[in-house]
Amino acid sequence: MSEPIPVSEPIPVSEPVPAGQVAAPLVRIRGLRKSFGTNVVLDGVDLDIGHGEVTVLLGPSGSGKSTLLRCINHLERPDGGFVELAGEIVGYRHDHNKLHELHAKAITKQRTKVGMVFQQFNLFPHLTVLENIIEAPVAVRRESKKDATARALALLERVGLGGRERSYPRQLSGGQQQRVAIARALAMEPQLLLFDEPTSALDPELVGEVLAVMRDLALDGMTMIVVTHEIGFAREVADTVVFLDGGRIVESGAPAEVLTNPRHERARAFLSAVL
Amino acid sequence: MTRSQAAEPATEPPDTQVLVEPPGSNISTAALDQRASDAELLAAKLVPLRRPGQWICAAAVLVLIAMLIHTLLTNKRFQWDVVGDYFTRGSIMHGLLLTLWLTAAVMVCGYLLGIGLAAMRLSTNPILRTLSFGYVWLIRSVPPLVQLLFWFELASLYPTLSLGIPFGHEFVTVKTAHLFTGLLAAFVGLTLDVAAFSAEIVRGGILAVEHGQTEAAQALGLSRGRIFRRIVLPQAMPAIIPASGNLLIGMLKATSIVSVIAVTDLLYSVQLIYNQNYLIMPLLLVATIWYIILTTLLSIGQYYVERHYARGSNRHSSPGFWELTRGNLPLFGRTRHDLAGLA
Ligand SMILES: Nc1ncnc2c1ncn2[C@@H]1O[C@H](COP(=O)(O)OP(=O)(O)O)[C@@H](O)[C@H]1O
Ligand SMILES: [Mg+2]
Repeated sequence: MSEPIPVSEPIPVSEPVPAGQVAAPLVRIRGLRKSFGTNVVLDGVDLDIGHGEVTVLLGPSGSGKSTLLRCINHLERPDGGFVELAGEIVGYRHDHNKLHELHAKAITKQRTKVGMVFQQFNLFPHLTVLENIIEAPVAVRRESKKDATARALALLERVGLGGRERSYPRQLSGGQQQRVAIARALAMEPQLLLFDEPTSALDPELVGEVLAVMRDLALDGMTMIVVTHEIGFAREVADTVVFLDGGRIVESGAPAEVLTNPRHERARAFLSAVL
Repeated sequence: MTRSQAAEPATEPPDTQVLVEPPGSNISTAALDQRASDAELLAAKLVPLRRPGQWICAAAVLVLIAMLIHTLLTNKRFQWDVVGDYFTRGSIMHGLLLTLWLTAAVMVCGYLLGIGLAAMRLSTNPILRTLSFGYVWLIRSVPPLVQLLFWFELASLYPTLSLGIPFGHEFVTVKTAHLFTGLLAAFVGLTLDVAAFSAEIVRGGILAVEHGQTEAAQALGLSRGRIFRRIVLPQAMPAIIPASGNLLIGMLKATSIVSVIAVTDLLYSVQLIYNQNYLIMPLLLVATIWYIILTTLLSIGQYYVERHYARGSNRHSSPGFWELTRGNLPLFGRTRHDLAGLA
C-alpha cells in the first residue's frame, strides 16, 4: 500500500532489432477467426505489432478482446487464420499447405516467449511471492534456484515490492498482487506481454500503482498488448489504439486520432460511455 | 455490572480494551441509567459475557463420563486383567502389524491409482473418460466382501493366468491358486476399492481449484505434469484431506474383513484366541483399544497435514494442536483468544 512507486532500472528486454534492417513486426495476426458454437467471437482479425510497441485494445464487453489475447499464446485454438510471433506460427507447424497443430510440449515452449497478466491476478495462493516468481524460471528454463531468486528479488524491487518475497499472495493488497503477477511474467524474459484488464479488479486507489509499473515497462521498450478501459493510460502510453467490436477491428491508429476523433459510430458511443 | 465511581485515570493500555461481547446487551441498559461520562466509560472494567449454559453442559458431560469410567472399572466382567495380559501378546502384535502395513499398502497403491483415474476422468480424451467412469461405477457397485472373495476364488473362474499375445502365443503361465493367496487377494481387492473411492475424492478436489490457476501456469509455459503436481494438486488438497482421512480410518477398520479369508490381521488374531479360551469380551476390548489408539494417532496426523496444506489460505498462522485442544476444552480455553473449534 505504501511502497514507493517504482522508478527506473531498466529491464532486459527481448532481442534488439538488428541495425540497418527494416524490422518485421513481432506479432502478425492474419484473418483470425474463432467461434464458440454459433457465437462468432473473432471474425477475421488482422493486426501487426512492432517490436517495443504498446497496443491498447478497446471495445465493449463481449467484443472478443480476451479471446484475441488468448489466441496469441494459444490458450484458445483459433478456427481460422493464424498468429505469427517472431516469425513462428503460434500453435501450428506449416507443412505442405497444411497447418498441423503442435504437441503440448512445443506449444508450451512457444508460450514462454509471451507473458500474460490476468484481471484476477491468478497468483498461486499456496506459494510465496518468491516461489510464484521463480517457479517457471526454475521449472521451465532450468535456472538454478540461486540465480532465479536473485533475479526475482531484483524484479520485486523493480515493481516496488522489495522485501515482500516471503509473503503469501493473500497477505497482499490487490495492487500489490497484480504487481507480483507482472514480476512473475517478467521473470521469463518474454518478448511480448499481454495484459487482460489488469486493473479492472482493483479498488480505484490501487489502479495507479499498477499503471505506473506498466508505464515504466513501456518506456523500457517492452512490447505490450493491453486490454483496458483506462483511457488516460491509452492516450499517454499507447503507440496504437485498436477498437474491437463484434469480433472485428473497426478502428485503429494513433491514440490522438482514435480517442479524440473516432470515425466509427460504435467507437464513438463506447468512448463517450467510458470517458 | 461493575463501574467504578471515581473517574480514575485509564491505566490499562488501549489494546487490552478488546470488546469481548457483542454490542447491544449492556449498552441499552447503560443508556437507561443515566449517561455515563466518557471518563467513566474509559475507566470501566470489561466483563465478558457469562455463558452459564456452557458450564451446565460441561458439568452434565463430566457426570456422564464419570459414570462411564465407574462402570468400566467396577464391572468385573470386563476382565481388565485379561485385557492387560493379552494387550501386547506376540500373535496380537503380529496381527496389529499386518493390519498396519496392509492399510498403508492399500491406501498408497489405491491413491496412486485413484489420482490416475481422476486425471483420466478430467482429461479431454473421451475413451479415458469413459474407462475411468466405468471403473468407478463397477467397483462402487460391488460390495468389498464380494470383491475380496472374488479375487480369493479367482482360481475357480480362471485356473491359469498367462502373459502373451492376445488370442495368440503365451509366454508365461501361472496357476491362479498359487498366485492369489489370502493376503494378495485382500491387497488387490481393497486397493481396487480404494482406487475407485479416492478417484472421486481427488476429482472433487481438483474441480474445486479455479481454472485461472491452470491458465496462469500454462501461460508461464509450465508442462502439464508440472501444473498438475505443483499447482493444481496442492490447492486441491484442502478439499481432499478430510474425505481422505475418513477413507483411511475407515480402511484401517475395513481391513478386518480379511478375517473371512483367514488373513491374520488384528481382529482375526483376537478371534483365533477367543475361539479357544472363550474370553470374548476382554479380547474384543484388546482389539478395540488398539483401533482407538491408531485412529487417534491418524486424526492428529490429519490435523497437521491439513495445517500444512492450508498455508497461504489465510492471513494468520493457524494454532498448534495443543492450543487448539485447550481452546476446545470448555474449562480451560475461551479466555482471551477465542480459538476456532475442530471443524
Ligand atoms: N470458453 C468459452 N466458451 C463459450 N463462450 C465463450 C468462451 N470464452 C468466451 N466466450 C464468449 O465469447 C465472447 C467474447 O468473449 P471475450 O473475448 O471474453 O470478450 P471481452 O474480453 O471483449 O469482454 C463472449 O460472448 C463470451 O461469452
Ligand atoms: Mg475480457
